[in-house]
Amino acid sequence: MARKFPLAVCFLFGVVMFLQYFSQHEAARAVNQAILDYWQIVFAFTLILGVFSFARNNVTEVRRGRDRVYRIVGLAGLLSMPVLALIWGIKADTPFMWMFENVQAPMQSTVFALLAIFVASASFRGFRARSLPAAVLLISATVMLLSRSNIGGFFSDVLPDVANWIRDYPSMAARRAILIGIGLGSLTTSLRVMVGIERTWLGGEK
Amino acid sequence: MVPLAATGWFDTDSLPTLVTSIISIIIVLYVTYALRKREFKVRRIAGLAAVDDAVGRATEMARPVLYTPGWGGDIQRPTTIASLNILSHVADKTAVYDCRLVFPTHDPVIMAVAQEVVHESYMKAGYPDRYRPADIAYVSSSQFGYAAAVDGLLTRLKPASVFLLGTFEAESLILAETGNSINAIQVAGTDSTIQLSFFIVACDYTLIGEEVFAASGYLSGNKSILASIRAQDIMKVLIAAFILVAVVWVSVENLTGSTPDNWWVF
Repeated sequence: MARKFPLAVCFLFGVVMFLQYFSQHEAARAVNQAILDYWQIVFAFTLILGVFSFARNNVTEVRRGRDRVYRIVGLAGLLSMPVLALIWGIKADTPFMWMFENVQAPMQSTVFALLAIFVASASFRGFRARSLPAAVLLISATVMLLSRSNIGGFFSDVLPDVANWIRDYPSMAARRAILIGIGLGSLTTSLRVMVGIERTWLGGEK
Repeated sequence: MVPLAATGWFDTDSLPTLVTSIISIIIVLYVTYALRKREFKVRRIAGLAAVDDAVGRATEMARPVLYTPGWGGDIQRPTTIASLNILSHVADKTAVYDCRLVFPTHDPVIMAVAQEVVHESYMKAGYPDRYRPADIAYVSSSQFGYAAAVDGLLTRLKPASVFLLGTFEAESLILAETGNSINAIQVAGTDSTIQLSFFIVACDYTLIGEEVFAASGYLSGNKSILASIRAQDIMKVLIAAFILVAVVWVSVENLTGSTPDNWWVF
């Protein structure tokens, strides 16, 4: 029963969501919206679970003395933002927004900026022409880079056309082939879950 | 009698999608049930064959295994379900080898399901005492907060093996390059075609597209799941035939100068 009931609920909601996709009727839209609303409610409760898990894990590790500084900073961030929001609100010129604009946003931008360095280091490794496919990749990337930069026109006027051809034909064909595979994989995985062949999400086979 | 379309219950614009979906569902279900007792040979998928080696390496080096499903997906996404199937297999191995498994995630729902999946694997292996729920943890819902948290775990714990399997966005290369910098063996796979190129460059093994979805059948050997993978192959052949017919049709139309029919567009 512990497994059959969730499977039945999963199948029922799978069928309902599939059918409502093909309807524009007001009742079908209402059902869709109600399910999405309930999903948000479920998510909100699990978020509480996640926050408690985060706080408990970090408090435990602080007591043990592991990575104490990082964990205290993490806990301070977790506690300070809701406290500031509850006391002063979240509108402009409040401490909450000051923290968001001057602490959280710059930290996020810093991590995002790492991407530029990592693209360079990954490209350096990936573009070494050690085999024929790697050489093709290197040439294609060079053409693409030159065509998108100001010096591209200096070498040849046809460079942008070649780059567009690479992007629109071989690259797009490969991408679409992968997307078809992903689409079919998603379809079969969803059906396996709905009919109960795939039960890992329930914890196992039994 | 009022036609169904006139009542608004059926959106006629979506008829081709409905027909295609029903045909696909019938093929998948029929093949899955008709062939569920047959033996199938699946081609070797290097990324999945490396799962056991990756866990073995971590055990020998007395370092943890880090597994993360990416920031881009939630539990509703088939890729996340496929990733949790692989997690189950990895957890089977880490339970037997007594190797620490760390699973940071951005989504508390995924955390709850992953805790259940890993706990079940440890129970099944006969080592429930080795399961550490604190290692299956929610870190942050913010994309770069999540990336920073996983990067921090990578640099501090220095896992010997890293699994990046799920839906990834801009954080993919940040995580993969950090994993590379600590010399971890990395197995990656995603349904995002843009991030695939980053993984191919930065990781040791990459599961491309449908290979992520085939993983549970490949790793478990479950005949019903393998039969559904065969159904996928059959549909792929049908789609290829459809594309071929459409290409020939359009070419003939262009050569003869006849009015375009476009029956294949939907």
